[in-house]
Amino acid sequence: MNFTQMIIPLNITKTISDWIYSIMPETAASYTIMVIIAVAYLALFAVAGLYLVLLERKVAAWFQLRIGPNRVGPWGLLQTMADALKLVSKELTSTIKIDKFLYNLAPYFVIVSALMAMAVFPFSEQFQAFDINIGVFFLIAISSIGVIGILLAGWSSNNKYALIGAMRSGLQTISYELSVGLSILTMVLLTGTLQLSEIIEAQRTGGWLILQGHVPSIIAFMIFMVAGTAETNRAPFDLVEAESELGAGFHTEYSGMKFAYFFLAEFINMFIISSIAVVLFFGGWLSPFGITENIAWFPQVFWFIIKVLGLIFLMMWFRWTFPRLRVDQLLTLEWKYLLPLNLMNIVLMAIVIWLNWTI
Amino acid sequence: MTDQQTQNKIKTEEYFINMGPQHPAAHGVLRLILTIDGEIIKNVEPDLGYIHRSIEKMCERDSYQQIVHLTDRMDYLSSHINNEAVCLTVEKGLEIEVSDRVKVIRTIIDELTRIASHCLWWGVMGMDLGALTTYFYAFRDREMINDIFEETCGARLTMNYNVPGGLMFDIHPNFVKRTKDFITHFKTKIPEYDRLLTGNVIFQKRTKGVGILTREDAISFGVSGPTARGSGFSSDVRKHHPYSAYDLVNFKEILFTEGDTFARYQVRMMELWESVSIIEQLIDNIPEGETKAATKAVIKLPKGEFYQRVETARGELGVYINSTGNKNPYRVKFRSPGFSNLSVLNHISKDVLIGDLVATMASFDFVIPDIDR
Repeated sequence: MNFTQMIIPLNITKTISDWIYSIMPETAASYTIMVIIAVAYLALFAVAGLYLVLLERKVAAWFQLRIGPNRVGPWGLLQTMADALKLVSKELTSTIKIDKFLYNLAPYFVIVSALMAMAVFPFSEQFQAFDINIGVFFLIAISSIGVIGILLAGWSSNNKYALIGAMRSGLQTISYELSVGLSILTMVLLTGTLQLSEIIEAQRTGGWLILQGHVPSIIAFMIFMVAGTAETNRAPFDLVEAESELGAGFHTEYSGMKFAYFFLAEFINMFIISSIAVVLFFGGWLSPFGITENIAWFPQVFWFIIKVLGLIFLMMWFRWTFPRLRVDQLLTLEWKYLLPLNLMNIVLMAIVIWLNWTI
Repeated sequence: MTDQQTQNKIKTEEYFINMGPQHPAAHGVLRLILTIDGEIIKNVEPDLGYIHRSIEKMCERDSYQQIVHLTDRMDYLSSHINNEAVCLTVEKGLEIEVSDRVKVIRTIIDELTRIASHCLWWGVMGMDLGALTTYFYAFRDREMINDIFEETCGARLTMNYNVPGGLMFDIHPNFVKRTKDFITHFKTKIPEYDRLLTGNVIFQKRTKGVGILTREDAISFGVSGPTARGSGFSSDVRKHHPYSAYDLVNFKEILFTEGDTFARYQVRMMELWESVSIIEQLIDNIPEGETKAATKAVIKLPKGEFYQRVETARGELGVYINSTGNKNPYRVKFRSPGFSNLSVLNHISKDVLIGDLVATMASFDFVIPDIDR
C-alpha cells in the first residue's frame, strides 16, 4: 500500500503532516498520520451518524404532524448527543445463556464495516482518505461484512426473536447484494473505471452519469435505491427488526452502547448507500451545471453533503410512508423482478455504449 | 433425491414462540403461543386471562347503577356503547320508555364512539404493517372526538354518560356545533386515509387474500361485527334488531364477500362514512324532551332474565342479566365480541407466515380487556 496516495485536505492539515514528517522517521510518520486520520474520521462520522438520527426524528415528526425533539439544546440539536451519553453510561446487561465471545464481537463487525467504507469516499477533490483504484469493489466488499455481525448477534443471543430476525437479515442482504452490485456494475460499464475519484472526474465534462447513460442509468438508479434501502434494513424492508412481529429483531438482547452501535450503523449505512448513489449517479462533489466551478473558496464538500442529504431524505420518506413487505414478497421482488431487470439493464447499457449513444 | 432422503439428511424441528403477553402486535396483554416451522405458523393457541378482573362477578355485588361504570373497562374503545347496553337491559326490565331526545343523543354519541374506535384501529393497523405515520393521522382526528366528549360528559375515554333511564345530564350547548365541525373536518380526512394507506401497493399485497374467513366459519364460530361482515355475513345488530334511534335513520350495512384482511379493512373504512351519515341525519333534529326518566334511587329488576344486544365497534355485545328481584343482579354475563372473534384466529392462521398473522390480527381489531373482562 502506498501511503502517498492518501490525500490530506486543506492547508492546515498539510502543515500538520509536514510537521509530523519533520520530527519522526518516514514510516513512523505515515503510520501516525494514518492513526490521526482514522480517529478524525471515526469522530466525524460518529457525530454525523448521531445527527442523522436527529434528522430522522425531525423528518418523522414532520411527516407525522408532530414537532420532534425540541427540549435538549436549541431546536433539539443536543438531543441525540444526550441520548448517546446516556447509552454510554448505561450498564451492559445480557442474559446468561449467550455465546459470550460472539455476542460481544457482533456489534463491532457492524459498526466497523460501516465506518471503514467511509474511507474511500471522495467528499471533495482533496478530501478523501484512501483513493484506491478498486474503490467500488472495496465498497461492495466492506459493506457486506456488516451482515456477518447481524447474523452473529442473532445467533449468539440465544433468543428466538433475534434468531428469526438474523435469518431474515441473512437472506435479505444476500439477495439484495446482487442488485446493488449489478446496478453499480452498470454504471462502472459506463465509466470504465473502479476508482471513485475517476468516476467523478468522468462526470466533469459529460454531465452527471444519470444523464450520460439516460434510460439504463435511470433504471439502474431506481434499482440501486430500492436495493440499497433493503441493504440497510430500513422500512419498507425492515423485516429484520419488524417490531410488530419480532420485538426488536436481532438486537433484542443488546443494551447500552452495544445496542447503540447497531443503531448508529444503520444510519451510517444509510449515509454510505446515499454516498454511493451520489458518486455514481449525481456527480459527487461536482456542482450542478458547474455553477461554483470557478469560485475557489467555495467548499466542494457542500455539494456532496447536500446531494447525500437529499437522497437520505428520500429514504426517510420511504420509511415513514410505506408499510412493510412480507418475507416472501421481499424475495419475490428481488429474484423475480429486480434481478432480471438488472441483467437486461446491463445489456441495454452495453448496447448504449456500443452504439455510442451516451451524451 | 426423494422427500424421504431429504428428510433424513436435514432434520427440521418445529418450535414454539411466545407472542405476548408483552408484544407490540398484541395491543395489550394477549398471549399467543405460536408453533412455528421456520417462518410458517403451524398452530396458534391464545392464552387468555392476563387482564381478567372478573367484571361479571363484580356485577353481582353491585347495584344496577354501579354496573354501568364497570362496563367502561371492558371494551374501553366502545365505552359509551357498553354503558348503553347495560342501561337498555335495565330499562327493558323496568319497562321504562326513555324520551326521544335520549335515544337520539345516545345514537349520535354511539356513532362518534364508533368513529373514534375505527380511527384508532386504522392507525394501529397501519402500524402493525409497518406504516407508522397512520397512527398520528388517526389520532389527530380522534382527539377532536375526545374533546367533544370531554366537554359534554367530563371524560374522554371511559365516559359513564348513560344511566338507567336516560343520560346523566343534558348535552353541552356547544355539542351540536362542535360535532358538525368535526363531521365537516372528518369528511375531508377519510379520503386522506385512503390515499395514505388503502391505495398503497405494499399494503394491498399484504392484506389481499390473507387470513381468509369464510361465511360458514364466521357463522359457526360466532364471529360478529365488521369482521363477520367482511365475510358477507349480515350481522349488524343496528340493522336487524334496532335499538335507540337506529330505526329512524337510513344507513347501509356494509358487506364484503371476500373474507380476507383487505375486505375487513374496507368494511371498517366504509363504516366510517356510514357513521358520518348517521350523525348528519340526526344532529340537526335532536328532539326536545327529558334527558332522564324518573327511576327509583334503588333499582330492583323484577324476577326473570333480561337480554339486550348492541353493536359495538367490534361486533355484537350481549348483556344477560338474571334477576331474583333484589337490588343486585343474581347473575350477569357479557357476550363480548372480541372473545368469539378471537376463537376463529387459529382456524384461519394455519400455514401462514408470521407477518400474515400480524395482519390478520390487526384486521380483527382486538381489545384485550374485552376478551378477558
